[in-house]
Amino acid sequence: MSDELIRCEHVYKRFPLPGGKGEFTALSDVSLSVRSGEVLALLGRSGSGKSTLLRIMAGLIPPSSGEVLSGGEPVTDANPDVAMVFQTFALLPWLTVLENVELGLEARGIRRTNRVRRALNAVDLVGLDGFEGAYPRELSGGMKQRVGCARAFAIEPKVLFMDEPFSALDVLTAENLRSEIDQLWNAGNFPSKSILLVTHNIEEAVFLADRVIIMGSNPGHLRGEVNIELSRPHNRSDARFAEIVDRLYTIMTNPDVTIAATGETPAVLGAAPHKSPFAQPLPHVRPGGISGMLQLLAEHGAQTEDVAHLSDRLSITADDLLSLLEAAVSLKFAEIADGDVTLTTTGRAFAASSIQSGKEIFRKQLLECVRLFDSIVRTLEGKKDGTMRVDFFLDLWDEYFPAAEAQRQFETAVDWGRFAELFEYDSLEGVLRLHESTAGEAKIGTLPAPAKP
Amino acid sequence: MRNASYATAARKVPFGLPDVAVTLGVLTLLAVIAKVGAGAFVPFTAKIVPHVDLDPRNLPYYAARSTLRMFVALVWSTLFTLVYGYFAARSKRAERVLIPLLDILQSVPVLGYLSVIITAFIALFRGSLLGLEFAAIFAIFTSQAWNMTFSFYQSLKSVPHELQEAAALYRLSGWQRFVQLDVPFAMIGLVWNAMISFGGGWFFLAASEAITVLNHNYTLPGVGSYVAAAVAAQDLRALGWAIVTIAVVIVLVDQLFWRPVVAWADRFRFEQNAAAEAPHSWVFDVIRAANVPVLVGRVWVPAADSVGRLLAAVTDAWFATRRPAREGGRGDRLFNAAVIGIVIALSVVALRFILTTVGFGEIFKVFGLGLATMARVAVLVALATIVWTPIGVAIGFNPRLASALQPVVQFLSSFPANFIFPFATLAFIRLGVPINLGAILLMALGSQWYILFNAIAGAQTIPTDLREMCDDCDLRGWRRWRRLIVPGIFASLVTGAITASGGAWNASIVSEVVSWGNTRLTAAGLGTYITEATTGGDWPRIILGVSMMSLFVVAVNRTVWRPLYGYAQKRFTQ
Repeated sequence: MSDELIRCEHVYKRFPLPGGKGEFTALSDVSLSVRSGEVLALLGRSGSGKSTLLRIMAGLIPPSSGEVLSGGEPVTDANPDVAMVFQTFALLPWLTVLENVELGLEARGIRRTNRVRRALNAVDLVGLDGFEGAYPRELSGGMKQRVGCARAFAIEPKVLFMDEPFSALDVLTAENLRSEIDQLWNAGNFPSKSILLVTHNIEEAVFLADRVIIMGSNPGHLRGEVNIELSRPHNRSDARFAEIVDRLYTIMTNPDVTIAATGETPAVLGAAPHKSPFAQPLPHVRPGGISGMLQLLAEHGAQTEDVAHLSDRLSITADDLLSLLEAAVSLKFAEIADGDVTLTTTGRAFAASSIQSGKEIFRKQLLECVRLFDSIVRTLEGKKDGTMRVDFFLDLWDEYFPAAEAQRQFETAVDWGRFAELFEYDSLEGVLRLHESTAGEAKIGTLPAPAKP
Repeated sequence: MRNASYATAARKVPFGLPDVAVTLGVLTLLAVIAKVGAGAFVPFTAKIVPHVDLDPRNLPYYAARSTLRMFVALVWSTLFTLVYGYFAARSKRAERVLIPLLDILQSVPVLGYLSVIITAFIALFRGSLLGLEFAAIFAIFTSQAWNMTFSFYQSLKSVPHELQEAAALYRLSGWQRFVQLDVPFAMIGLVWNAMISFGGGWFFLAASEAITVLNHNYTLPGVGSYVAAAVAAQDLRALGWAIVTIAVVIVLVDQLFWRPVVAWADRFRFEQNAAAEAPHSWVFDVIRAANVPVLVGRVWVPAADSVGRLLAAVTDAWFATRRPAREGGRGDRLFNAAVIGIVIALSVVALRFILTTVGFGEIFKVFGLGLATMARVAVLVALATIVWTPIGVAIGFNPRLASALQPVVQFLSSFPANFIFPFATLAFIRLGVPINLGAILLMALGSQWYILFNAIAGAQTIPTDLREMCDDCDLRGWRRWRRLIVPGIFASLVTGAITASGGAWNASIVSEVVSWGNTRLTAAGLGTYITEATTGGDWPRIILGVSMMSLFVVAVNRTVWRPLYGYAQKRFTQ
C-alpha cells in the first residue's frame, strides 16, 4: 500500500512559439510525488514553471508528455482529489461567503441541507462564523483568502493545493493566516491529507513545509529537494531554522550550483554563455531599483551582507530581491558567495554617483557586461538613420521566449536602454532609435531623421 | 432569490405596506398585459387595415400596445444574446463564423430590410395581425440584439483566468458555470447595453408601425402609427399629444423598469471593493422592503435547487468530456474551406441577381447616391462635434451640473426623433429649406446626443489635478484644449462619433423622404433610394440599396473609425 497521493512521471510542458518557430520548454522532465501526511513546498523564482506544474497536477492543463497519476489513476481532466486556494482568491463577488463555500459541494451534486451543513463547518474552521451572509467586497483581503480556504476545505480534498496563497496579502495579515493554517495542520484534524504549496518565499516554505522542492528556470526543472528536519511547529527563532533559510538562499542565488554541493562553489550569476545575446533573459527590474538597493547596501557600511537579512531589511519579497541581485551581479556591481552579497568597486561608484555620472557608469556596464545591448546598439549604428523597427528585435526574442515573455524582455531592455541613454523607443512609430549622444559618438552629430519605414 | 439571505429568511414575515404595493403592482401589470396583448390576435386582411383613431383619449391604449412590443422584443433580444454570445465565446469554430456575421448584421441598416421582414411575416401568419406584430417586434429586436450580443460575448471572453480555473477545478457543470459565473460576470454590461439599445428601439418602433411595402399600407395600432395618421391628417394637436405620451412612457419605463434593474444588477459588480456610489431606485427599494419576494423565495429556492441539479447533471457529461480542441487540425481546415466556399457562393448569387435585373449602370448610380448620403453623415458628425463638444466638456467639468443633466441627455437620446420630424418638415416647407440640406438636420435630431453624451463622459474622466495643474501653469483657451482636453476626451469623442454615424446612416432611410399631408420632400441619397424601392416592392433595388449602404458603413468603419479608435487607444490612454 503506497502512501503516494499524486505522482508526476517525466512531465514535460512545451508551448509553441509564435510564427511556428519551434517550441518553448516551460517544464523539463519533472518527476515527483506528493505523499500522504506531508506539507510539500515547490520553491522557485518566477519563470521556473512552478505554477504550470501545479496546474498540470490539478488537471487544469495537460502535460506535453509524461503522466500525472492521482490515486493511481491517470489525470485527464480536473483532478477530483484536489482543491485549490488561489493567489487572488477567485471568489464570485455576487455570492455570499456561504454560497461561495457551497459552490464546490453544489457542483458535486450534494443536496441543499447537507451542503449548507458542510459549508457552515468549513466556515467555522477558518474562523469566519458570523460572516456567512457577507459578500466578498465587504471583507478584507485576509478574510477573502479565508473564504478561499473554506471553499477548498468544504470538499475535503485528498491534497490541498495552495498557489502562492499569501502573496496578495500585506505582511501582517499573511503572517497571521500562515500561522493559523500551520496550527490547523499541527492539530491533526486538517480537512486534507496533504498540502502542496507553491511559493517563492523561502521563509514561508521553511516555516510550513516538511519537504521543499527547489525549481530552476530556463527551462523549468527540479533542482533537488531539502528536507526540513525540525519538529512541528517550526520555530523561527531556532538556530537550525535560520541555517536552513540561509542554505536555501544560497541555492536560490546560485542557479548553477547543484544542491548536494551547497556552499562550496561561489558561482557567478548570469555567466552562462549562449549563442545569441537575445537568448539570455534580463531580470525584470528597473535601473532605479538596482541603484536604490546598491545605495542601501553601501550606506550599511559593512563589506558583506547576508541575503536573507537583506530581504528582511528592505521588506521586499524574496523574488524581487533575487531579481535585483541577479541584475546587480550581471552588471558587475555586486558579487554573491555563500549567501552573502558584496559590492564591487564599480558598484560602490554607481551607488555614490550623481544622476548623470550614474547613467554613464550604467551605460558602460551595459555595453561591457550584457551582450544584448552591444548587439542592439551595433544594429542601430549599422543603419543610416540610426533607427530600426521594433519587430526586428521582437522576432529575435521570439526565438527563445513565448510571446508574452518576449514582450517583457523587450520592455525591460527598453527601460534599461533609455535609462542609459543608449537608444530611444518611439512607441507610435514602433521603432528603436539611437540616442543623440550615442549617435553623435558613432557618426556625425546630427539628429537622426524620424524615419517612416 | 439570492437576496433572501439566511438572516432575513429566518425572521417572521409580516405583511406590510410595501407588500400591498408590490402585490397590487404585479396584479395591475398582469391585467394590462392581458388586455393589451389580446389586441394582437385580431384578424386582418390586406383590405381591412386596422384603423387608427386620432382621439387623444386612445393614446394610453396605443402607448401600451407599443410598449408591450418593445418588451417582447427585449425578451427575444436577451434570449438571442445569451445563446449566440455563449456559443461564439465558447466554441472557437462558432466564433470564427458568428462574430464576423454579427459585425455584418450590425452594419446593415435595420430599416432597409424592414420591408423584407414584413412581407415574410405576413406570409407566415396569414390573416392575423400577429404577422405585422411580429414584423414590428423583429425590427426592434434587430436594433437591440447585436449590441447586447457583442457586450455579452466580450464579457465572456474576459472572465478572469483564475475564476475559470476555479470553475474547472471545483467541477462546475456547464449549467452551473453559466448561471453562477458567466451570466453574473456579464450582467452589468448586459443591462447597460440593453437599456441603451432599448432607448434606441423607440425610433425603430415608430418607423415600423406604419409602413408602405409593396404598395400596401400596413398599420399597427400604436403611438408610431398614431403619429403617421396625424401627419397624413395634418393634425398638429394630435402630434403634440403623441409627443407628450411618448415622453411620459419613456420616463415611466425608465423609473419603473430600468432604474430598478440597474440597481439590482449592481450586486454583480466585479470589483471586490465597496462602490463609491451605488445606483438607486425607489421602486427597487419598495420591492426590497416587501416580504412577498422572500415568501416566494422560500417556495422557489428548493424547487430551483432541484431544477438546477437536474440541468447540472445533464450538462455535466458534455462539459467534462470537453478538452480544448487542437488548432490547425484537418477538421479545422475543412471547416474554414466550407465557410469561405459558402461566402463566395452567396456573393456570386447576389451579384448575378443584381446584374441580370438592374444592370451595371445602376450600381454606379447607387454608389453616387451613397456618396451623397455619406457626405451628409460626415457634415452631421463634424457639426455636431463642433457644437456639442464644448457644451459637453463644460457640463462634464461641473459635477453637479453633470449629475443633474445626465438623465436629461439620456432621455433625449432615447426619445424617438421621428416624432419631431413632422414639425421639422413643416418648418422646411414654410421656410423653403431645401430637403437636401434639411435631411442633415433630421438625421442629427436623433444621433447628435451620442456625441454630447460621450463628451460629458470623457470630460468627467479627466482628473481634477490635471485641470488644477493647467490653472497653475496658466494654460488657457486654445492651448488648454490642445494639451489637455482634446487628448483627454479623444477616445470618448471617437466612440461618440462612431455611434452617431451609425445612427445617422440608419436615420437616412426615414430622413431623406419626409411628408406633411400630401406634400412630399425627397432628397437625393441612398436613403431615398431604399425607401422608394421598398414602397414599390422592387426587390433587386432593395437588395442593391441595402447592400450598398452596408458596404459604405463597413468601409467607413474599417478605413476611418477603427484606425482612429486604435490611434486613440494607443496615443491617449495611460
